[in-house]
Amino acid sequence: MKTLRDAEVGSTVAVVGLHGEGPVKRRIMDMGITKGVEIRVRKVAPLGDPMELNIRGYELSIRKADAEMVEIR
Amino acid sequence: MELKIALAGNPNSGKTTLFNSLTGSSQYVGNWPGVTVEKKEGRLKGNKEVVIQDLPGIYSLSPYTLEEVVSRTYLVTQKPDAILNIVDGTNIERNLYLTTQLLELGLPTVVAVNMMDLVRKNGDQIDLNKLGRALGCEAVEMSALKSQGSIEAANKAVEAARAKKANGPLRMYTGCVEKAISQIETVISDKVDAQYLRWYAVKLFERDEKVLEELRLTGSVKQDVENAAVACEKELDDDAESIITNQRYDFISGIVAKAVKKKREKHGLSASDKIDQIVTNRILALPVFAVIMFAIYAIAMGGYPFSIGTMGTDWVNDVLFGEIVPGALDSILGVLHVEGALYGLIQDGIVAGVGAVLGFVPQILVLFFFLAILEDIGYMARVAFIMDRIFRRFGLSGKSFIPMLVATGCGVPGIMASRTIEQDRDRKMTIMTTGFIPCGAKMPIIGLFAGAVFGGSSLVAVSAFFIGIAAVVISGIMLKKFKAFAGEPAPFVMELPAYHLPSAGNVLRATWERGWSFIKRAGTVILLSSIVLWFLQGFGFTDGSFGMVEDNNTSLLAAIGNAVAWIFAPLGWVGDMAWKATVATVTGLIAKEEVVNTFGVLYHYAGELSETGDEVWNLIAADFTALSAYSFMIFNLLCAPCFAAMGAIKREMNNTKWTLGAIGYMCGFAYVIALIVYQLGGLITGEVGFNIFTIAALAALAALIYLLFRKGYQPDGHYSVNAKMSASAR
Repeated sequence: MKTLRDAEVGSTVAVVGLHGEGPVKRRIMDMGITKGVEIRVRKVAPLGDPMELNIRGYELSIRKADAEMVEIR
Repeated sequence: MELKIALAGNPNSGKTTLFNSLTGSSQYVGNWPGVTVEKKEGRLKGNKEVVIQDLPGIYSLSPYTLEEVVSRTYLVTQKPDAILNIVDGTNIERNLYLTTQLLELGLPTVVAVNMMDLVRKNGDQIDLNKLGRALGCEAVEMSALKSQGSIEAANKAVEAARAKKANGPLRMYTGCVEKAISQIETVISDKVDAQYLRWYAVKLFERDEKVLEELRLTGSVKQDVENAAVACEKELDDDAESIITNQRYDFISGIVAKAVKKKREKHGLSASDKIDQIVTNRILALPVFAVIMFAIYAIAMGGYPFSIGTMGTDWVNDVLFGEIVPGALDSILGVLHVEGALYGLIQDGIVAGVGAVLGFVPQILVLFFFLAILEDIGYMARVAFIMDRIFRRFGLSGKSFIPMLVATGCGVPGIMASRTIEQDRDRKMTIMTTGFIPCGAKMPIIGLFAGAVFGGSSLVAVSAFFIGIAAVVISGIMLKKFKAFAGEPAPFVMELPAYHLPSAGNVLRATWERGWSFIKRAGTVILLSSIVLWFLQGFGFTDGSFGMVEDNNTSLLAAIGNAVAWIFAPLGWVGDMAWKATVATVTGLIAKEEVVNTFGVLYHYAGELSETGDEVWNLIAADFTALSAYSFMIFNLLCAPCFAAMGAIKREMNNTKWTLGAIGYMCGFAYVIALIVYQLGGLITGEVGFNIFTIAALAALAALIYLLFRKGYQPDGHYSVNAKMSASAR
């Protein structure tokens, strides 16, 4: 299974689904990471974490540990 | 008739600007009941019977964050007459997500699309008619920063409130989802307010814990609701919460495709993104950050000729409270024939005490001003992004970095800056640890001992700084293992809002609000404590009678100092200096620079003391050993901060128990560290023999190590990333 954590900087990926449950998952979904949406991975922070994503026309930052919940294609 | 209009929208949507321009100066600021979420309301300019209730900036109405729960509780229980939903036109897709939830509440709603000037500048188009029709409510445009369309939008909301017309039904859910929600509506229709029927049905479908708790469904109703949800989950092979979120976003994508035309290609770089290519660049981000912070501190608290703040502070200290105020009071008191004790109280007690604190005001205002600009343009989110990795290590998030950074100047604004941390747990922990950072007022203490006892070694100052940082780190790791602070690190799912020009109104308002609360404290707590301290220092029993004393060794303060000095004996505060050190510590609570002043007074130095107090160095060197000086320094750097900072802690905690807990924790931590350093350090150097406190110090060290490395409390609900898809797992 490929997750958002493994996505390369500069690549554009499509979300297959989200794993896990609870507040963090809900927050991620609320911010627009839902099934089928396209994400462009913009960059990672200077110290290697978190990562910056472009999604639904805005910039979102998310920790790699949380990005692991997002399955991509 | 009074009308209540709720102002709702995402963070960074321009809500604060809109609220300020709609209500002007008629604002009331408080807290939502029981929580530290700020509550603002005000009356609409030109229409005093309309009350605008500002809701916290939120992304959703989920049951998981304090702000969201406060907002939805208000919307459902207080039934505002209308909702004015502000939507950022440059980020419309995600902003409409909250809109779809607000519309389900069945309240009259007006959608105001903000930043339309920027939308046009980007070459994009938003068709407001199509948008309004798709949402079933009125959609208007505005540019809150330029005050265009703000009042018009508010008036539309007033009209909607008067007409009491709720928006039309949304065709948001498709297939089995709509079917399931309709079924739930049927079974609960006699249990909830008809207006909120759809809201409750959707929330029950999602199995929203707060709504389940509120409605307490039983028997067949409960079963019917659950069956409807489960059937739909099975059909779509997903969990209910995800199903609803997906359908909302699908619905929004449909609207956006019809009503919005974007010029820029998908994932293209905006002007803001181009700035971020440098500002959050992998290599440049940290140097850029360092330069910005250095520049701000140079201007706020640095030296001449750059620092406006220092010039202002010197003027307040030397001229305003050095000459003008005492001079003016002298002549007034002379005319009134005020002499003796009362004169002393006013000049030496009140003017000197309050003046010492007000002296910081210019520096603090300059600092607040620049920090407000950084906040307003959107840079603070980038700071959190850059620093998160480090702070996560010891249980805090990148957002905790900002308060600590500010605290190197002054702890009061530092503690106040913790407001921006949404997670309650993280905020409390940040408040508790921010005071450990050596602030500007602690510098004279370090300077005094470095000069008097350590031969001016700069290592002392460096070690003091590292002790402060280490105290934050150790506390973070330790506290995180207690139940009250335990849990997954707060999710760091944070928007990096597009940069925009600062609004003069917002910046000045924020600067003044924070500055004023600082000044207000100088007028209350500090004023009172100055009076008390002056009295205790100047009066005492001599030859069996009570009165003013010439020698403050016989003052009440000395008596109190002597009476409690035994507490600090294990820290090596013994002999002649014991009561002086104790009193200096107590006066340090008023303001940390008081410690140095107190030593000056207590060591009988008549005359003006320089900031490092080098005039009394010899006397202090005779009384303190290197070790006891270090133990004194550590205790004073880490123990309870000054009254002003304690006031800030109380205000931000908004809870007496937590305030006392935080202050108690700091004092306890300071005591333990000073004890370990003095007793074990003394054993090694041979200064202190093996005694009962050596055992206490060893025990404290062992406890500290245990608390650092124990496994800690494991909360339930620990999510597993590798779990199967939650729907199939259920």
